[in-house]
Amino acid sequence: MEVIATRPKSLRDVPFTYCPGCTHGIAHRLIAESIDEHGLINKMAGVAPVGCSVFAYKFFNFDMAEAAHGRAPAVATGIKRARPDMHVFTYQGDGDLAAIGTAEIVHAANRGEHISVFFVNNAIYGMTGGQMAPTTLPDMKTTTSPYGRKVDDIGYPIRVCELLDTLVAPYYIERVSLLSGPDIIKAKKAVSKAIQYNKEGRGFTFIEFVSTCPTNWGIEPVKALVWAKENMLPFYKPGVFRDKGAPE
Amino acid sequence: MSKVLMKGNEAVAKAAINAGCRLYFAYPITPQSELIEYMAKMMPTVGGTFLQAESEVAAINMVYGAAGAGKRVMTSSSSPGISLKAEGMSYLAGAQLPCVIINVQRGGPGLGDIQPAQGDYFQATKGGGHGDYRLIVLAPSSVQEFADMASEAFDLADKYRNPVMILADGMLGQMMEPVDFKPAKTDQEIEAMGHQHESWCIHPNQDGDLKHHHEINSLEIDPVVLEKHVTKLYEKYAQIEANETRHELYNINDDNEILVVAFGTASRVVRSAVDELNAEGKNIGLFRPITVWPYPYEELAKCIGPRVKQVYVFELNTGQMVEDVKIAVNGKVPVNFWGRVGGMVFTPEQIKEKLQACF
Ligand SMILES: Cc1ncc(C[n+]2csc(CCOP(=O)(O)OP(=O)(O)O)c2C)c(N)n1
Ligand code: SF4
Ligand SMILES: [Mg+2]
Repeated sequence: MEVIATRPKSLRDVPFTYCPGCTHGIAHRLIAESIDEHGLINKMAGVAPVGCSVFAYKFFNFDMAEAAHGRAPAVATGIKRARPDMHVFTYQGDGDLAAIGTAEIVHAANRGEHISVFFVNNAIYGMTGGQMAPTTLPDMKTTTSPYGRKVDDIGYPIRVCELLDTLVAPYYIERVSLLSGPDIIKAKKAVSKAIQYNKEGRGFTFIEFVSTCPTNWGIEPVKALVWAKENMLPFYKPGVFRDKGAPE
Repeated sequence: MSKVLMKGNEAVAKAAINAGCRLYFAYPITPQSELIEYMAKMMPTVGGTFLQAESEVAAINMVYGAAGAGKRVMTSSSSPGISLKAEGMSYLAGAQLPCVIINVQRGGPGLGDIQPAQGDYFQATKGGGHGDYRLIVLAPSSVQEFADMASEAFDLADKYRNPVMILADGMLGQMMEPVDFKPAKTDQEIEAMGHQHESWCIHPNQDGDLKHHHEINSLEIDPVVLEKHVTKLYEKYAQIEANETRHELYNINDDNEILVVAFGTASRVVRSAVDELNAEGKNIGLFRPITVWPYPYEELAKCIGPRVKQVYVFELNTGQMVEDVKIAVNGKVPVNFWGRVGGMVFTPEQIKEKLQACF
């Protein structure tokens, strides 16, 4: 029998801790496949966040650090500066990156730190049970916005790619969706490009994944994809914000 | 080597570079700014990394990354900045990462002022961050000792895989004294040191073994496993307590009438007072803890001679180390305390007055 799909070498044989239908697993796979394809498994180091992907340090098959909540870009900076011959990425949720870790991500990007950041935006705090995130959509109900997110009171959701795109240093910024097969194929290309730029030492690369959290949205997985397409994508528009390596 | 006249902040920075520190992350704050400025100037000349972080929080997490990658790394700050590093220090201790943290203490609480103080003793020795952990804490009392402690701190950090703090103060940071520097480690020595942690740290997987996987981590979600981990840390701390206490004795003898205890800058002022009183015919001994964690309890207890009427503790705070002194003295004789705060430093005359009243 011909093997047409197998576990990437960059993923360890450890069961994921994610809920059925969660998109975190897809993001992991895209990153692992890309690292395999670029032959970087022996020179890679990753930094896991605090959030549902907190156990990512167990899942990837190379050296990993588990950071304090929001601090992954600073930890990655320390690793990269200490081991410039290695390639470093962070994997972070939207609470981790866009709330408690806002300073760390903005300044790592602003320094043009030679790391890749993979940002999983599911518009909610998954791990702690569905509280409001900085990315929660207007009027969206969560356990800490039980009447819906009131933008007059708490402000509008933060669009991180757009925010980072105001900085001079970042090399590559793209937002992709994990909401359909074709979208995932596009997402894979973006991830692969980020890893390639990382390999080539080009600078700071950032990929945002528009994702779902069926469990805390209280929507079954397939409907969650539909809900996200209808509600998330109009606000978080996929696209390339910055690609300094693109042909003129 | 001939002595060089230097400020404490610069001397400790130079000594750290000599000790093989090639990564330094920090955020500016008075009265430690000469330290970060010295590093900014000198790190590039030895091919090291100097990075001014966006905050003390970021700096300590950069330290976490670099220490996790097995390299000698340092950060420094003063009291308010150390509070911001507390989260990171807890993670560093949990993940057993070697590094050096310098606190050039100033007056507090809150923003306080920028004058020397010893108000962070509790924070340094009793936690500061959350959870059940210890930092090794060294308290220098001269610029020379401050500088010498840099290499000692790195050696202890490497030996025990534990963060080490040097607890100085604004006086030591700012004052100039002649310093003798140990020879700088060569690039080969630093390179060799860089391999010592490869059994656990983040490093390139040279032989391409697909099973290679190191985790730098303080999370253990299973309480059974976490209890084992914390117990292992506790056993390590017990070993440090057994082997690494340091202290200095001054005029300790069987005829001491009073035993004085002071650490850091405060101990120098106290020593002048003790000298003057002893010249006048009194017999006062001075005990100076050099490690304030582990605290030299037993060594201190041994210094309470048969004629000691009381123990007197002087600190630049409202009474923090005195609690450890009381544990050491264990009710044998009364323990007295006097301190000044807010960045005010007592004078030898004031200490003399306090001690004279005991006779
Ligand atoms: C300092 C600190 N504050 C709060 C928490 C609790 N906490 C854990 S995960 C989390 C939110 C994570 O949400 P997100 O980053 O969006 O990740 P997701 O679970 O949605 O993937 C919070 C608030 C913590 N661990 N540490
Ligand atoms: S809670 Fe949400 S984000 Fe977390 S694993 Fe479950 S579905 Fe995924
Ligand atoms: Mg989230």
